[in-house]
Amino acid sequence: MSLATVGADLAQALRERFPDAVTGVTGDAVWVRPEAIAQVCAFLRQDPSHDFALLNAVTAVDRVEHFELVYHLTSLSRNATAVLKAAVPGREDPTLPTVSTVWRGALLQEREIWDLMGVRFEGHPDLRRILTWEGFDGHPLRRDYLEPPLPYIWPHGG
Amino acid sequence: MTLPTEPLVVNIGPHHPSTHGVFRMRVTLDGENIIDAEPVIGYLHRGTEKLAEERSYTQVITLTDRLDYVASMTNNQAYVLSAEKLLGLAVPERGQYLRVIAAELQRIASHLIGAGFLLAELGGFGGTALMYAFRERERILDMFEMLCGARITVSYMRIGGVFQDAPDEFWPALRRFLDDMPAYADDLERLIFGSEITLSRIKGVGVLTAEQAINASLTGPVLRATGVEWDIRKAAPYDAYDRVDFDVPTLTEGDNFARFWVRMLEVRQSLRILEQCYRDVPGGPVRATTDMLFRPEPGDAYVPIEAPKGELGFYLVSDGSIKPYRCKVRAPSFISLTVFRDLLVGWKLADGIISLGSLDFNMGEVDR
Repeated sequence: MSLATVGADLAQALRERFPDAVTGVTGDAVWVRPEAIAQVCAFLRQDPSHDFALLNAVTAVDRVEHFELVYHLTSLSRNATAVLKAAVPGREDPTLPTVSTVWRGALLQEREIWDLMGVRFEGHPDLRRILTWEGFDGHPLRRDYLEPPLPYIWPHGG
Repeated sequence: MTLPTEPLVVNIGPHHPSTHGVFRMRVTLDGENIIDAEPVIGYLHRGTEKLAEERSYTQVITLTDRLDYVASMTNNQAYVLSAEKLLGLAVPERGQYLRVIAAELQRIASHLIGAGFLLAELGGFGGTALMYAFRERERILDMFEMLCGARITVSYMRIGGVFQDAPDEFWPALRRFLDDMPAYADDLERLIFGSEITLSRIKGVGVLTAEQAINASLTGPVLRATGVEWDIRKAAPYDAYDRVDFDVPTLTEGDNFARFWVRMLEVRQSLRILEQCYRDVPGGPVRATTDMLFRPEPGDAYVPIEAPKGELGFYLVSDGSIKPYRCKVRAPSFISLTVFRDLLVGWKLADGIISLGSLDFNMGEVDR
């Protein structure tokens, strides 16, 4: 974007409001503790000096030792962008709060992340698989996912 | 006497002409009125993001063609821009102009398809409008064939520029198209404004407010039809968009008519951009000199572009190898489905089909 928010400034503003939430800054991205992500996002959306009304994208990156959740935000009024990242540990049941209560635009994207990456969003109203079907075995976008050997009887969808 | 009725669940699709591809919707009907609706997707899921992790940066371009298959050029563009940001690569000026020409031709083609199918779904005279739209699109596809030899799966853009310079026969073809297209667009618009029935079917139906649209992360023509002037070509110009002059058309109604009409207005603006590119295109190389394989520094990049259907971006993560570690597609069509229920519930089934068409989504991009 032509007027990107510098990560350090945003981190400073967030540290003043949420003393424990920010864990670091890399480049333009601000690292936030996963438990605090919904609070931080609600603040960034509602506070008039930030006004991040548009959630561009939510995505997850499998870093093997943790899942990296990436939030791209845009402020239409200030023509600024921000990137928030959260590291969610664990491969069995990685969980963090949903931001779909802040932006409805996250509803389908978080379902997709649950389906393909297996990251669970607490408080999501309708966390079901979306691109594969209920009964599908595993989360295919994980780095350690292996395709079942053929011939394989795919489970039936509901 | 009132007859007791009970809600009826109807599956429309996955193979139905009105659903724009293999899309299934589960609607609950009370008579003709929709009381609940749910999209069921995934029938065209090919695992593009997973496949990209196993291919080199250049090979991924061919995967992007198959996402939104009625707007392959802009898919290419979004991908190569993100890859170039990751690499810190500059594109020669002629390459940038050729990209803008290809992208704007693609925008016209995509909007024609969107408008043509919208009218086709209204029934009655639908065939005429759709064939008008396809006639003009055919000329654009012929020009793509001149540029790169392919019509749909173009893979025209490369990291660092475009595949090759435009051949000699391209420029006269573009000139003829620019001369003819305004009259064609008039024809298509008259099909709408000349018909009282069409207007009464689409005006005031499927209304979205600006708050609803922004909250649901909608972008592109759907957002601009609610009165929000937001266009990434203006907000964060990429390629040669900072050197061309154009307006961002907006309408305030947010209904099916506004979504259709804002696309037709955008076609006019695309023609304006193409006229300027035709006039100003500089000489020189079309592609930066690069290695065959790319090894970007570890890091990530996300460069959104204004695709015909809204904000399209590829979030690329590099781990220093020749393949992307992660390639996420931010697909506007997929996110449009967030408002699926809001648009359909409370309307008659016949209106719901048109509201769906006015979102102009594409299943290749929804399912990826």
